Amino acid sequence: MKPDSPHIALFIPCYVDQFYPKVGIASLELLEKLGCKVTYPQGQTCCGQPLANAGYERDTVGTTRHFIELFREFDYVVAPSGSCVLHVKEHSPSVPGLEKEQAELHHKVFELTEFITDILQVEKLDGKFPHRVGFHASCHGQRGLRLASSSELNQTPFNKARKLLENLEGLEWVELSRTDECCGFGGTFAVTEEALSIRMGKDRLEDHLSHKTEILTGGDMSCIMHLQGIATRNNQNLKFLHIAEILNQAIS
Amino acid sequence: MSHPENATEFLKDQAKAKWHDETLWFVRDKRDRISKTIPEWEQLRELASQIKDNVLANLGSYLEDFERNAQKNGIIVHWAEDGEEHNRIVLEILQKQNCKAIVKSKSILTEECHLNPYLEKYGIEVVDTDLGERIVQFLNQPPSHIVLPAIHLKKGEISELFHEKLHTEKGNEDPTYLTQAARIHLREKFLGAKVAITGVNFGIAETGEFVVCTNEGNADMGVHLADVHIACMGIEKILPRRKDLGVFLRLLARSATGQPVTNYNSHFRSPSPGKEIHIILVDNGRTAQLAREKFKNSLKCIRCGACMNTCPIYRRSGGFSYGSTVPGPIGSILSPGLDMKKYSTLPFASTLCGSCSDVCPVKINIHEQLYEWRQEITKTHGEFGKGLSMKLASGIFNSPLAYKISGSLMRSALKALPDSLIYHPLNTWGKSRNLPETPKETFQQWYQKNRS
Repeated sequence: MKPDSPHIALFIPCYVDQFYPKVGIASLELLEKLGCKVTYPQGQTCCGQPLANAGYERDTVGTTRHFIELFREFDYVVAPSGSCVLHVKEHSPSVPGLEKEQAELHHKVFELTEFITDILQVEKLDGKFPHRVGFHASCHGQRGLRLASSSELNQTPFNKARKLLENLEGLEWVELSRTDECCGFGGTFAVTEEALSIRMGKDRLEDHLSHKTEILTGGDMSCIMHLQGIATRNNQNLKFLHIAEILNQAIS
Repeated sequence: MSHPENATEFLKDQAKAKWHDETLWFVRDKRDRISKTIPEWEQLRELASQIKDNVLANLGSYLEDFERNAQKNGIIVHWAEDGEEHNRIVLEILQKQNCKAIVKSKSILTEECHLNPYLEKYGIEVVDTDLGERIVQFLNQPPSHIVLPAIHLKKGEISELFHEKLHTEKGNEDPTYLTQAARIHLREKFLGAKVAITGVNFGIAETGEFVVCTNEGNADMGVHLADVHIACMGIEKILPRRKDLGVFLRLLARSATGQPVTNYNSHFRSPSPGKEIHIILVDNGRTAQLAREKFKNSLKCIRCGACMNTCPIYRRSGGFSYGSTVPGPIGSILSPGLDMKKYSTLPFASTLCGSCSDVCPVKINIHEQLYEWRQEITKTHGEFGKGLSMKLASGIFNSPLAYKISGSLMRSALKALPDSLIYHPLNTWGKSRNLPETPKETFQQWYQKNRS
């Protein structure tokens, strides 16, 4: 690590902290292996997304103020979640008295894979991961943060996660029938529209299973939590890992 | 009924729901493929969006231009503030003509105004001449899709219906045979109607002409045989210049069905000698929507239906689940403007995946407006008790200490509670999904041990 390395804050979504600490650990170790100076600021809370998407953005000023105060001193803020990053950038309400800090902060917040490809400018990761990997593109990462081209648009195809995964030795990338259809998690949607949410999740899983996915990965554990929950309930033979876990394992 | 209840009902017939999803996905896929054969597709969308921005910013003066030029061409122009006034104007024209039977080509606006039941109340027979619309009319149903009105029906159901209504052979499901039967039936109606009603896809301010797009030619058939043509047009359907059509006609059919162009794009400018053309310009809530800064973009819509075909919710819940004239994502941002209470669940019938916005040929930020409607609706409604629980959550989230306590409480609760309780029917998450396993420590705890 160079002494003048930028100081990166690791932003761990609340449900990752609680249920998927190994994703937090993998994100931290991965960034460290890539030569970053990383700190996990203590006292992180939920970013407020579940409330805002449920129609109560106005009630998240407190969480947003807390977020700005916790992260403003860092050069970059990196999270293993496209969804939470999108919320912070686009849907967190303006905090009175902190408008300038908030605007500056929004330029410094990145989803993990885009931080690696765009800021660290990593062209290719050397490592080994001999598995058939199916990628689930989270909508907020894909169409919100534009981490990959979307199938609706007439644009040159790209995918930041794929760029990092496909050079790993032995990794087989699974081509799906519907490359970027929503899994049906959708935050409170998973509960308020339960029947639809389950149907959508089952359809995504069928697409992966029919293309012989061995490990289903993605950049958002919320989608994966939903898909894994359905697959486990139905005894479907699939493994689930966050992309940070794959990359961290592969390059060690 | 709310959207979740209707969707749950629709999904009970799993095979049919799957068929519905796949049928509409096929249309979206066709649209994807043809849009990618146009190198300037994204520029076309941008151009269309900008033209519509210009229209919305100058709507008043374009409408006046349109009225003046249409009148110069011999068209009789009427203005209707709402659906009721629109219906009354239509009735007055029909009564003046002493007309008891009319033919109508597809017009979502007349659905919006509930014209058919209104006219039927006055003893006038209304025949929808678009094949899909005729099918749903036989069933006394509204269209379930704005471009594919009978997409919720399989050919077997249509065969049975035609056997009953048109006396086709029982069990004959051959689409050509069934379509032929409909043509013969409709031909008779076309020949008997003195007045024909159509919608309007585009009204041109510069020339006072208007354009009607159909695939079946039924608008033309109706209009050419009738003495009087009534065209019903929402005020947002204006385009400034005739040359703007080049942008919109290229986008419309490709977005709607994946065709290069609609089969019939008919321009109507002046009535033939001895005939009449009436145009009714309808507001019905559009001016109010235009005044809503966050939602006025919804008026750019050209009714292609692409957002329905792409929507993972629409495809799996069907058009009727929305309970609004225009279903799907665009309907969910238009309808709350008409009646926020009645349509309060619609903006929540979305995962905010954003596919609708990316597929929209005029670049309406549909999913962002769904998000904004949620913010509005929760201000005026308790929203099914979600209000309270969310406020509780807010109290938790803005205090780190409370978050930690509730987090570990939640975690230990999950560890300690028996599965029977976690997967109780009242726990909606756990009904058809397992909960994640609870790890022995949080990331925060791990970090303190290993990095501090």
